[in-house]
Amino acid sequence: MKLTNLLTSAAMALGLATTAMAADTKVGFVYVGPVGDGGWTYEHDQGRKAVVEEFGDAVETVYVENVPEGADAERVITQMALQGADLIFTTSFGYMDPTINVAKKFPKVKFEHATGYKQADNVSVYSARFYEGRAVQGHIAGQMTKTNTIGYIASFPIPEVIRGINSAYIHAKEVNPDIQFKIIWAYTWFDPAKEADAAKALIEQGADVILQHTDSTAPQAAAQAAGNVITFGQASDMSEYAPYPRVSSIIDDWAPYYVARTKAVMDGTWESVNTWHGIGDGMVGIGEISDAVPAEIKASALALKDKLADGSYHAFTGPLKKQDGSDWLADGETADDGTLAGMNFYVEGLDAEIPN
Amino acid sequence: MDLSAINPVLLIASLMVAATPLLLAAIGELVVEKAGVLNLGVEGMMIVGAISGFAISVESGSPMLGLIAAMIGGALLSLLFAFLTQFALANQVASGLALTLFGLGLSALMGQSYVGIKPPAMATLDIPVISDIPVIGPILFSHDPVLYIGIALCAGVWAFLKFSRGGLVLRAVGESHDAAHALGYNVIRVRILAIMFGGACAGLGGAYISLIRVPQWTEGMTAGIGWIALALVVFASWKPWRVLLGAYLFGGINVLQLNLQAAGIAIPVEYLAMSPYLITILVLVIMSADKSGAPASLGRTFHASQ
Repeated sequence: MKLTNLLTSAAMALGLATTAMAADTKVGFVYVGPVGDGGWTYEHDQGRKAVVEEFGDAVETVYVENVPEGADAERVITQMALQGADLIFTTSFGYMDPTINVAKKFPKVKFEHATGYKQADNVSVYSARFYEGRAVQGHIAGQMTKTNTIGYIASFPIPEVIRGINSAYIHAKEVNPDIQFKIIWAYTWFDPAKEADAAKALIEQGADVILQHTDSTAPQAAAQAAGNVITFGQASDMSEYAPYPRVSSIIDDWAPYYVARTKAVMDGTWESVNTWHGIGDGMVGIGEISDAVPAEIKASALALKDKLADGSYHAFTGPLKKQDGSDWLADGETADDGTLAGMNFYVEGLDAEIPN
Repeated sequence: MDLSAINPVLLIASLMVAATPLLLAAIGELVVEKAGVLNLGVEGMMIVGAISGFAISVESGSPMLGLIAAMIGGALLSLLFAFLTQFALANQVASGLALTLFGLGLSALMGQSYVGIKPPAMATLDIPVISDIPVIGPILFSHDPVLYIGIALCAGVWAFLKFSRGGLVLRAVGESHDAAHALGYNVIRVRILAIMFGGACAGLGGAYISLIRVPQWTEGMTAGIGWIALALVVFASWKPWRVLLGAYLFGGINVLQLNLQAAGIAIPVEYLAMSPYLITILVLVIMSADKSGAPASLGRTFHASQ
């Protein structure tokens, strides 16, 4: 697969060379999956399209799909910088070190890395507080399950994913004390066949709610085939599976951020920032809760969403203990962003271990 | 940890499903390699098969037509490879890699308007009475027809290679194309037919993923299974039953490790995640201790004048 990507990026580079004439500002996007994944990368590409729409001919955008996390990413990003990109969005956690490395070599190019935590003078980091969406998900899931078993398809054991599991668990447990989470680590962001297998394994073991932190719609299809299992859209609305099995979704909306940051580069006002927006700022959206969810559950889920949005409630509010039983948050205390950003522990009650 | 949560009957039934695309692609490639041709384009043919099958079954509403279209799609793409390597005498490794790249790109293009569409469902072969037998019923008699085709194909290829005259010719071409040519066999024709068979099998395997196993279309959805099929043929020492064993082992351990994870068993997930690759290779390497080697003309270009 490496060679595939090498040749794709070589072809891309040729493409870049021939089209890079007209526009003043050039914005590059590095994607981890295909733009047609219907999830994570799809939404980033919607953000790119919003940039095109906003600025028209003044901005030229380029993107490379299916870039593996690691050394390949560094080459692709370097290539983009060499081809004259002014601003480069690297849209997956695993691009963190490659982005920092390339940024050192190109001090004049601005970089934006999604979901990471390493910032530099010309590297901003941005992410969305997906865990707020997970809280709403857990709230619905905990009440919808009949087997008290929720299956969770996790991708990689990074803080982002662990935060999501914790948040969903806390809020499911709140409404249903008997809840149990079964977690599968797929070690991939995008592999429809594997995601489908994982979903089937969870369903066979009694899960009737599937939450996913992988990018394809395959688990939705598996749930639909099983018939009595509900799911939530991940990253994108995945509304083609609504109203059942998909009962709601977490939608990433990158468009306003991408437009604002492109504008900043054009105006020369770009500065390295650390952005972490949630439901309140519109970066995280909750997709329509379908009629498969009883009205009172829907109402309380929406109330929770509103409290998260206006800041009157934090998804990690004490009293909370860590999995090993040690105290984490006292009654009424909320988690600080530093702890959340580096979260590497489960909360009390989760019966699983985090892979190293 | 709760091992009782794993239902062995459902586990075996789903491992057979997980193994089928790999089995189909590998059995096709086995025939190609037995004829002395190394086609590294399996992944490309699979993905083109996946989208051809998906598109046709969505348009026609018939999954069966889709599967046939997938085979045709895979075979058509393989003809490109056949032309490059058998007539233009291009390097097989390079042509095969090019085929994969081309296939991935072409399928993305073809599939643009099919993202997010649900294909018509394939009926499982629920034979009354016997599919209701406990244990054996769900494992053996309640799958989709393609799964049985995969097993039948494996048996068919084995019998063809071992017992039939055609199989003997095919193996002769793969072992020594010069000798086969001297005996008056049309080496190029045999190889083209083998390549097309491999393409059709890979296409069917791809469509199995997009129509039955997942079922939906997303770009790059074969996610490397074609490459695993290639490796499987080598580790199985070019023997059909070992390919079947390897595919079931790989699919089985893949499904098993997901089940073990879900059951919360205390094996580190990293080991579980690499176990399918490791165990499949280990078992097949131990089995291939009998030194049965590759077809002698594998990957060599043939021209009658040489």
